[in-house]
Amino acid sequence: MKSNRVEYGDTLVELAAERPELVVLDADVAKSTGTIQFKAAYPDRFVNVGIAEQNMIGMAAGLATCGKLPFLATFGVFSSMRAVEQLRNAVCYPNLNVKVAGTHSGLETGEDGATHQSVEDISIIRSIPNIRLLVPASPIATHALTRLAAEIEGPFYLRFGKADAVELYEAGEEFPLGGSKQLVDGTDATILAIGNMVEVAVDAAKLLAEEGIKVRVLDMYSLKPFDEQAVMKAAKETKALVTLEDHSIVGGLGGLVSETIAGKVCVPLVKLGVKDVFGRSGTKSELFELFGFTPKAVAETVRSLQ
Amino acid sequence: MAARLRQDTIKMIYNSKSGHPGGSLSAADLISALYFYKMNIKTEDPKWADRDRFVLSKGHAAPVVFAALVNKGFIPREELWSFRHGNGSLQGTVNIKNPGGDMTVGSLGQYLSVSAGMALAGKMDKKDYKVYVMLGDGELQEGQVWEAAMAAAHMRLGNLVGILDNNRVQMCGMTDDVMSIGDIAAKFRAFGWKVVQIDGHDMEQIVDALDAIPNQPDAQPTMIIADTIKGKGVSYMEGTPAWHGGVPTKEQYEQAMRELGGEYEIK
Repeated sequence: MKSNRVEYGDTLVELAAERPELVVLDADVAKSTGTIQFKAAYPDRFVNVGIAEQNMIGMAAGLATCGKLPFLATFGVFSSMRAVEQLRNAVCYPNLNVKVAGTHSGLETGEDGATHQSVEDISIIRSIPNIRLLVPASPIATHALTRLAAEIEGPFYLRFGKADAVELYEAGEEFPLGGSKQLVDGTDATILAIGNMVEVAVDAAKLLAEEGIKVRVLDMYSLKPFDEQAVMKAAKETKALVTLEDHSIVGGLGGLVSETIAGKVCVPLVKLGVKDVFGRSGTKSELFELFGFTPKAVAETVRSLQ
Repeated sequence: MAARLRQDTIKMIYNSKSGHPGGSLSAADLISALYFYKMNIKTEDPKWADRDRFVLSKGHAAPVVFAALVNKGFIPREELWSFRHGNGSLQGTVNIKNPGGDMTVGSLGQYLSVSAGMALAGKMDKKDYKVYVMLGDGELQEGQVWEAAMAAAHMRLGNLVGILDNNRVQMCGMTDDVMSIGDIAAKFRAFGWKVVQIDGHDMEQIVDALDAIPNQPDAQPTMIIADTIKGKGVSYMEGTPAWHGGVPTKEQYEQAMRELGGEYEIK
């Protein structure tokens, strides 16, 4: 197994051979974010700015105005919050070709505790014009979506967790911008999930299938642009919607789905995620148990809607 | 030319009934020297890859930069009169979409970082352009400036030139009263910069300081600390926070034009 953040770093090494203008910026967390491999492979194209995220975003903007293709990575709390005004004004407003990764997102970050667990990044980033927001669930998805971000001009934000991720896809699977992936089909309910929660949703669907409850599972990897069509289809074809995210239920995937269906279709919707509270220290499995991010807890919610 | 830029600045602000005259007038001589003497730029090719760059980190001095871009020939003159208007191409701050605009600016403290990124790109690509970035003294209160100052020295961005419009006035008072920045020259030296101190209204000193910077991408970055007077050239605006932002009345406008040697007519 491999984490998505390490796959991101590996994909950048691969891309660097094809794109001489690609550079990687780091705020001295490359050992954690997974871009350390890039430093080893391309030391002249790797820029460590020290522990200074605001300057990192600004320098990336300046590099982009001169034709460079800057990719950067730091913990999601810093890329989406410490440096958010830099991202808004120096990158997104001029629509510059800067690619930002937020790693260690969600409660999955575990022992480091609430200060390092970004559970607000999606709602913050998606409110900024011009930026695209992607949340890969597995290494294959990470590889495809990192390459996609390099191909399409303009700002991107990629959200990664910390832990190793189960592979859900076959090599060569395509992930178009604004798309989604249906991993399981059913009509009794739809679980819409992102990132590390897609695996949990698939496992919940398996538990429910044993009881005869047929659940559709959608991986909503592209939050901006968002696959509204898939959401509307699920809202019409299945009896209930459940959103599942390692993120606050305020303005995240749950918020997005609510905004999509509001005023258009009448369907029960339950938003599972971090319920407007901060996280805490603990192992990933302890925290997932505590916050209801287990197949059993998700299955229970779906069952209650039948 | 500096007098022309000052006249256009006041005309733009009087016409749009909005803008920041004080910090535009203090910067006029420096901007004039950059655009009409020093910078290697091509009006027929504004995005020329080897051009010198200019970034206005103290973004609200936009009128004087727009005036320079118009007088240089990047932007048609009539666009000055739609500055800050809902249908105009000239926003409250310089935009990368404006011909001759190298960066979209407006948020204090951010653009020494952006300029360092531009300088780093030039150094990586072995180009010999320079990146000029103008900061305000009040702006140095923003912490990000010092992140960028540290990085520029550490990365030896000898092609990065900071120009400090040291007018000692900020929105709500004198800089020393609001939040003293202390010995600015000593601070930049301590961060690893080469520091030059000049009178920012003495054209000979400005030109000498700009000419003295060697063409060495791998060297200390340079900070030109230019002592200036906020509102320079219009007696009632000089040295006062009252004219950081503000619009002259008809009488004040006419007095300003008389003092700057300009005509009243807006054209």
